[in-house]
Amino acid sequence: MRLITAGILVLLATSTCALGTEASKYPPPDLGPDYVQPPGHMPEITHEIMPIVDIAILAVALVLASYLALKQRSRKGIWILGVVSLIYFGFYRQGCVCPIGAIQSIAEAIFNPAAVISLVVILFFVLPLIFTLMFGRTFCGSVCPLGAIQEVVLVHPVRLPGILRHALGLLPCVYLALAVLFAATGSAYVICRYDPFIALFRMNGPAGMLILGACFIVISMFVGRPYCRFLCPYGLLLSWASKLSWTRVTITPNECVKCRLCENACPYDAISKPNTKTLPENRKRGVIGLLGMMLLAPLVIGASAWIMVKTAPTLAKMHPTVRLSQRVEREDSKEVSDTTDASQAFRESGRPVEDLHATAAEIRENMTKGSLIAGLFIGLVIALRLIALSTRRTRQDYQADRALCVACGRCFEFCPVDPRNKKPTDGGLA
Amino acid sequence: MSNAQDKLTRRNFLRTAARGTCAAGLGALAIASAGNVATRRSVWQIDPSKCTACGNCATHCVLTESAVKCAHQYAKCGRCNFCFGYYKSGSSGAKSHSGVEFQLCPTDALLRKWLIEDSYEYTIDLEKCTGCGICVKGCKEGNGSLFLQVDHDRCTNCNECTIATACPAQAFVRLPAEKPYWFDQGTEHKS
Repeated sequence: MRLITAGILVLLATSTCALGTEASKYPPPDLGPDYVQPPGHMPEITHEIMPIVDIAILAVALVLASYLALKQRSRKGIWILGVVSLIYFGFYRQGCVCPIGAIQSIAEAIFNPAAVISLVVILFFVLPLIFTLMFGRTFCGSVCPLGAIQEVVLVHPVRLPGILRHALGLLPCVYLALAVLFAATGSAYVICRYDPFIALFRMNGPAGMLILGACFIVISMFVGRPYCRFLCPYGLLLSWASKLSWTRVTITPNECVKCRLCENACPYDAISKPNTKTLPENRKRGVIGLLGMMLLAPLVIGASAWIMVKTAPTLAKMHPTVRLSQRVEREDSKEVSDTTDASQAFRESGRPVEDLHATAAEIRENMTKGSLIAGLFIGLVIALRLIALSTRRTRQDYQADRALCVACGRCFEFCPVDPRNKKPTDGGLA
Repeated sequence: MSNAQDKLTRRNFLRTAARGTCAAGLGALAIASAGNVATRRSVWQIDPSKCTACGNCATHCVLTESAVKCAHQYAKCGRCNFCFGYYKSGSSGAKSHSGVEFQLCPTDALLRKWLIEDSYEYTIDLEKCTGCGICVKGCKEGNGSLFLQVDHDRCTNCNECTIATACPAQAFVRLPAEKPYWFDQGTEHKS
């Protein structure tokens, strides 16, 4: 319904806004006191109630996901919850608002005091992190629609070589740094713009995004959760939270008998094998390797920061004002003869060119500063990964990796210790 | 063995401490962003003073039928006989005609009703309006009473508006949900 209140009408008529103040070129005729102005069109916000529902459903889904994964240990339940989340958050709510994209809103809100952020976005960002600090990445397992769509289409998991996995595993930190950088400088929300599944959720979108979505679906059929593992910036934050989690998903509810049945259960390479037999390796070699990595760390951090600062001018082009400033400069220097919609709009606005260039210069400067920080961050993460790779930690049994496990529950069914998996026929054989 | 146990306890202790710090940090972050920034709900809207009516609104929305529609500020409208938003320029001889060949609107969404001698009232058929902005561009020659606005019973309020990214004039801004339309703004908003 398109509701208009009388109050708004009065407001409209007596409006003192910028639109109404300038004298009209064509003054309206005197239509007499009987003339009733048609109502203005200002429909109310119909999505007002939805965010509260969204938050409630998110909270319930998180509780349910944690219960199903940790208490109930039900792969089926987790899968069904995932499908429900996919239908609601994905296809019904069309993938917006989501915690992954909320990173950018939060970043912009912190760095730009003029930015307006809603409580819903803050809660969407914070809630899954809190749950992960408590129970591990149960959000990824069955609440996130992006995770669920990849989970559902995974038909034939192929194991990737370790080196490729570790290399690709560094991408989320680069993506996170860039997404925060672009959001903080007000340039773009890259996570939203290049969300591979959003076009599928909406069944609509630019051709490029639909093709990208289709490619991701095809890859997801053979490589487990490529987006979650090798791109998702929120997944990176959750993996850190998960490392500190209070409790988490375990492969077996009791003591591991090292039967090796679960060894190949995980399509996400999140099961760590016991390594007591391979230890102790040459201690001296290990120490030298670790020292080498520690010495390498400053180099990695420095190189990463240097690369980012060098690419800052290119990155700044993500900001429309910087692009516009460059375009106007080229037009003014007669380098190009035609105009674009943006440059035309700028010239019509009557804003001084110097003002535009000054704003663009400020954005470029911010981008350079931000790039330095982003570069240091990326370097630090890579260095810490390298150091972590060169340390050995004793594991007595099969464990779900704290950071990588997304609580999908596939391994539950393989564990013979779990009383749930004991079928009636087992008793006869024993 | 006891050494390993100790190590495990130490690690667990550190983990608990780190978890506590993280939780506190998250809380601080939430409070900081909630307190410092604004807890208001905000929505997308077009700043008509920046809008150039380029036509991107009709084609770039994630909705099949754009959330952007033409709005009419009746108080400002001159009720012209030859309306720049209604008639194609150069068809001034057509004054009294309402033939479709003289009309600007490609979907016949701008309606005209006779009031008194040389005055007409112009209304918008929202079912037909695509938000292309052709009439808005025309009306800029006149009083500028026609302009594009995001309809909030249609807009899904995406985190990043796809029209905003395609807007050449950077005219898309976020307005607080209590005042989601440009024509009820008292003062000009910071973009």
